[in-house]
Amino acid sequence: MEWLLLLCVLSPAVGCIINGLFGRWTYRAAGVIGSTFLGISFALAIPLIIYAIQGHIIDYDYYHWIISGKLDVPFGLRLDSLSAMMLGVVTFVSFMIHIYSIGYMGGHKGYARFFAYLNLFVFAMLLLCMGNNYLTLFIGWEGVGFCSYILIGYYYEKKTAADAGRKAFVTTRIGDVGFTIGILFIILYFGSVKFTDIFPQAHILPPMIATIITLALFFGATGKSAQFPLYVWLPDAMEGPTPVSALIHAATMVTAGVYMVARSAPLYALSPTGSLVVASIGAFTAFFAATMALTHFDLKRILAYSTISQIGYMMIGVGVGAYWTGMFHLMTHAFFKALLFLSAGAVMHAMHGILDMRLMGGLRHKMPQTCAVMIIASLAIAGIPPLSGFFSKDHILGEALMLGHPIIWMVGVITAFMTAYYMFRMVFFTFFGESRVPEGLHPHEAPNVMLVPLWVLAVGSIVVGAIFGIKMHGHIPIEHFISLTSPVAFPKVYEVNESLLIIISIVAGVLGIAVAWLSYIPKWAPKWRSWFVRTFHPLYRCCFNLWWVDEVYNCLFCRPFWHVSERFLWKVVDDKLIDAGVDDVGRIAGLAGKAVRILQTGFINNYAYWVSAGALIVCGWYLLKIM
Amino acid sequence: MQYYVPFLMVAFILFAVGAIGVLVRRNFFVVLMSLEIMINSAGLVFVILSYFSGTISGQVFFIFVAAVAASETAVGLAIAVLMYRVRHTVDVTEFSIMKR
Repeated sequence: MEWLLLLCVLSPAVGCIINGLFGRWTYRAAGVIGSTFLGISFALAIPLIIYAIQGHIIDYDYYHWIISGKLDVPFGLRLDSLSAMMLGVVTFVSFMIHIYSIGYMGGHKGYARFFAYLNLFVFAMLLLCMGNNYLTLFIGWEGVGFCSYILIGYYYEKKTAADAGRKAFVTTRIGDVGFTIGILFIILYFGSVKFTDIFPQAHILPPMIATIITLALFFGATGKSAQFPLYVWLPDAMEGPTPVSALIHAATMVTAGVYMVARSAPLYALSPTGSLVVASIGAFTAFFAATMALTHFDLKRILAYSTISQIGYMMIGVGVGAYWTGMFHLMTHAFFKALLFLSAGAVMHAMHGILDMRLMGGLRHKMPQTCAVMIIASLAIAGIPPLSGFFSKDHILGEALMLGHPIIWMVGVITAFMTAYYMFRMVFFTFFGESRVPEGLHPHEAPNVMLVPLWVLAVGSIVVGAIFGIKMHGHIPIEHFISLTSPVAFPKVYEVNESLLIIISIVAGVLGIAVAWLSYIPKWAPKWRSWFVRTFHPLYRCCFNLWWVDEVYNCLFCRPFWHVSERFLWKVVDDKLIDAGVDDVGRIAGLAGKAVRILQTGFINNYAYWVSAGALIVCGWYLLKIM
Repeated sequence: MQYYVPFLMVAFILFAVGAIGVLVRRNFFVVLMSLEIMINSAGLVFVILSYFSGTISGQVFFIFVAAVAASETAVGLAIAVLMYRVRHTVDVTEFSIMKR
């Protein structure tokens, strides 16, 4: 079984190597090759997941990677309920995205390169999820960071795309510093990075150290999972091709932080403070990002902010200690968010790259199928039963309340309302109302190679939540499954009537949709919209300008850094110190040459003189030694 | 004092004379001759030590040395001829083109 697992993880890497090295010769087959290797990975994942569902655990060290003193870092993989779930989600959703990309990227420059990167991305994510120690996880962690950089900057000739890639890389790197510190603390206290060594003896940690470790690890997660202080890279990441956005947002990369927190559950369970920080940041991010999504006109950016917001929900789930709810939302979110992005990509494909919703409208006649799947996905994310988002979101909010965080629960409910609103604002804006499509543009339905993955994901968005989230035989399947690895950390505080909670979250979702309908569908909608904007003008401006977070960061961090770099590091350190030093070294060599040149007279006698003098000295030296 | 030391002294003096000649004389021919003296002083050492140690190999070596010296002189003389053709002189101080 362990070799099957290795094969499953390595399969995308093989695809990457083939497309990366021989891309020049694979031509149009590149997409099929890339998808095939991911399909193999998915096919191999099925028996592994069944194996894990039966309760087995694989934990196998393939070889010893670093041995230094007592520290022994193996390259090993681990399959347990947590990673099995990730394995399924990542391979399946990525597989769908790969198939979709065959159609979407057809005819683009660098077709093979694109699939090589895509495969590498999935490989890194699999490594992250399946690693049995923190360093293997870290390699995958950095791998997805790197892949996001090259994929966001895929259109590298476009300056905005290249900048966005760099921003993503640098921002996540700031978080990675925290993550590294966390790992170093773990090595310091446990002398090992293997999960099986750390977690059974986690209780030896002093509470203070546990808090430091969990916060450091979570800081890494804020970078990778786009949480509050470090989320700024994610909206810019929309510069990449749409399948990449789908991959980053749904299956790989941003969910890494949630997975990592759930994986480190035994550590977080030791630190209520650390957990509370996770939950609070998650709640704040969920709310904050939702406000930013309210007013945007860019189709993909709305989805980007909604991702940040939804990851915030997951963080609430893992932060309050109910790890299974966070992971459950991760799974359902992977389906409907991939679906949203891919259908947004279909719209963009049809509109020849236009993403501004003000230039759309009435598209449901032109692309009915895309419209249908988009509505399904939006219903799912809005939390309307019986679609998948309802179950996971409801479980998160319910657990948050029951484990004693009523404020977080309230924030979550309000965010659910906003989520429903902005998603349906987007749907109504894009697909309903009058057509505002520019002259000469003829939107059309996407080709089948793109539609099939959309429908598969749509079916997933509908049923996944119900399959895993409904109570059966006295327990919820996903709760039971995930709790095998990461059990709920803290005791229940409140007993609440669950059906009341369900009604509240449904009302929030329906209300959001209703408000969106009222603001965009009726004849008098524009009037009351402008009245609203005028009345709440400051608030509207704040949301519309994204609370000026980018500007604040620019002033606080980028400018001072830039000034220090230019005024001090460049003008002083580089010019005066380094360059001058190099010049002086050169000058010394010149002077030395000048001094030695005196010896070169050109007269043979002089040379002979020096030769014989040298011979005498050598002979004299030996004579002295003998005597 | 070993009984063959005076003989070696002769060889040493010869060598010193040759070396000083090479260093101080300006005429290329004299320099060449001084070189010959130096080589032959070394040869002399071979012969002396061969004689007193009762083996023949040193003397055989001198034959080789003489042969090498002869060919070296031939090359040296050829150079001298060329030098004279170029500069119409055999004064070695005139030949400092390596400086430039």
